[in-house]
Amino acid sequence: MNAKNIIYLYPRFERFWHWAQTLLILALLVTGFEIHGTYALLGFETAFTVHNFCAWAWLILYIFIVFWMVTTGEWRHYIPTFRKLYDVSCYYAYGMFRGELHPVPKSVRIKHNPLQRLTYLGIVSALVPFQMITGFFYYYYNSWPQLGLNWTLGTMGFLHMAGAFAFLIFLVVHLYMITTGPTVMAHTRAMFTGWEEVEDVQACEWEDKTQKKETGAALKA
Amino acid sequence: MNIQGNEARCTSCHAGYGWKDDTFDFSSERNIDCLVCHDQTGTYEKFPTGAGHPVSEPKKFMGKTYKPPDWNKVAQSVGRPTRDNCGTCHFYGGGGDGVKHGDLDSSLLSPDEQLDVHMDAEGPDFTCIRCHTTKAHKIAGRCYKKPAAKELKSLIEDDLIERITCVSCHTDKPHKPGDKANDHTDKVACQSCHIPAYARQLPTKMWWDWSEAGRMKDGKPYAEHGPFGKHSYHTKKGEFVWAKNVVPEYFWFNGGLEYTLLTDKIDPEKPVKLNRVMGSRDDSRSRIYPFKVHKGKQPYDSKRNTMAALHLFSPKEETAYWGSYDWQKAITAGMEYVGLEYGGEFGFVETVYHFPITHMVAPKENRISCEECHNREGRLANLAGFYMPGRDHHEGLDMVGWIGVVLSLIAVILHGVFRKIAGKKTQR
Repeated sequence: MNAKNIIYLYPRFERFWHWAQTLLILALLVTGFEIHGTYALLGFETAFTVHNFCAWAWLILYIFIVFWMVTTGEWRHYIPTFRKLYDVSCYYAYGMFRGELHPVPKSVRIKHNPLQRLTYLGIVSALVPFQMITGFFYYYYNSWPQLGLNWTLGTMGFLHMAGAFAFLIFLVVHLYMITTGPTVMAHTRAMFTGWEEVEDVQACEWEDKTQKKETGAALKA
Repeated sequence: MNIQGNEARCTSCHAGYGWKDDTFDFSSERNIDCLVCHDQTGTYEKFPTGAGHPVSEPKKFMGKTYKPPDWNKVAQSVGRPTRDNCGTCHFYGGGGDGVKHGDLDSSLLSPDEQLDVHMDAEGPDFTCIRCHTTKAHKIAGRCYKKPAAKELKSLIEDDLIERITCVSCHTDKPHKPGDKANDHTDKVACQSCHIPAYARQLPTKMWWDWSEAGRMKDGKPYAEHGPFGKHSYHTKKGEFVWAKNVVPEYFWFNGGLEYTLLTDKIDPEKPVKLNRVMGSRDDSRSRIYPFKVHKGKQPYDSKRNTMAALHLFSPKEETAYWGSYDWQKAITAGMEYVGLEYGGEFGFVETVYHFPITHMVAPKENRISCEECHNREGRLANLAGFYMPGRDHHEGLDMVGWIGVVLSLIAVILHGVFRKIAGKKTQR
């Protein structure tokens, strides 16, 4: 085992938007499935009002998040890569059962492993906008004729619901994945404090081409 | 049931006064009774079987004594019609309080706010003619058309005059700006949400089975009282079911009602719709509108498959059903009177009649909640052809979606279990 290090990984705003989005996703899922007719909990009207409020709140938050990503350069953490993707997949598929080390440990430079990068990029650039756009059209159904649109509400409902299921599935997997840190609560705690415990800071140099072999050797050793 | 052949009775409300026989001129203004609408003494009362005439000397009917009016007082009192004037007939259509309409009965003579926000006697105190406007005695809204629509259509030509609808005063965006309810007015009539139930204070008749009429007790006609103190049986009229606080049924309605005529062929295997609600989802002038659906059983010509005209009432004639209790005689006479061929055999067929519900608008806090309709089994469960959130869903998507959720749950649980087992092994 390598020496343990604690690094400051998630600045204040990042933690804020993470938890704000957590609450929004939960609220939108709970109210959304009620609007869908899956169950009765708050009453349709309250569910609708809350859902609508959360949707607008998220749009505003989203604008701030994008601004933050762009101005701080944090967007670099979401550049998709396939390198080590296979290794990471293998690690979660069986490596971790054998007590292997994570092929892409977290570091200040590399907050997310390739699997996370692809997932988060997909969510932030595809799923969230998709839900916002379909939700927006869903809500402004009455204005479709003025916009020259000849869709049916059923289609929009279908798309918005498909997005909702994608979010729910993400939530299930995400909630599990955050328990796979050094301890069950480690990642969750880090998202509150900003400080993440990493096993080996050096091992993060995986992305650097010149150090690739070296790192690979170190990992195997 | 038909008016023809029974005019002496029905015309105590319908078509003015003075009916004697079929030479009566229904188009003559001289035959219209002014006082029934304009008397303000409240003493002008027609005799139930007097063809629209009041009595000239005291006369008894069904235990009630009818007195001749004090003509001087009555004449001097004339004024704009009040709820009492209109209600005298319209609250008692079909032969009693709340028999026909579910939203018109004597509770509207002096309603409170809960029953009708507009007619609230302590509040705005609207009279009928506040909305049913008139122009030279032509009264708007015999069947109060399409109140949520901009374009108005009428049932009879005489109705083609200006009228006050909900939107006339409230506009087609009556709720707060940004309120989703404003987005409903293009498809949902105001009445659908704002009249949560009809017959809220007094019961209304929901079922009238003529086929049971004619039973005698000790050789005499009799009546039985059921719930609400209303007749559940009457030898003259058959079996009844009354109900209170009834949730309406909803249909697409463009303001038009189409009627089954005595000459129209019917299918006796199915309930006969004596009137049909016109309109559809695709018609921009149609709204989802509440209705009282009055059901019952009525005689029909089982040879020719048409509804049967019936001679019901006559003070003298033997052929009237309310004299002889003989359906065959009554139908033969009724069909002869209207000049239609009778096949000679009759049966009873289930009938359905739709009454639009537009009165008894509740205070806004009593409007129905969204989930009354936005619900898998809500009020609009039977309206097809459109997608409504909360009611409709794509079965396939829901199935795939939930399978995905369950599979991911199983996957993470299994993964967790493996992790636990593997963790213990590596620790050892």
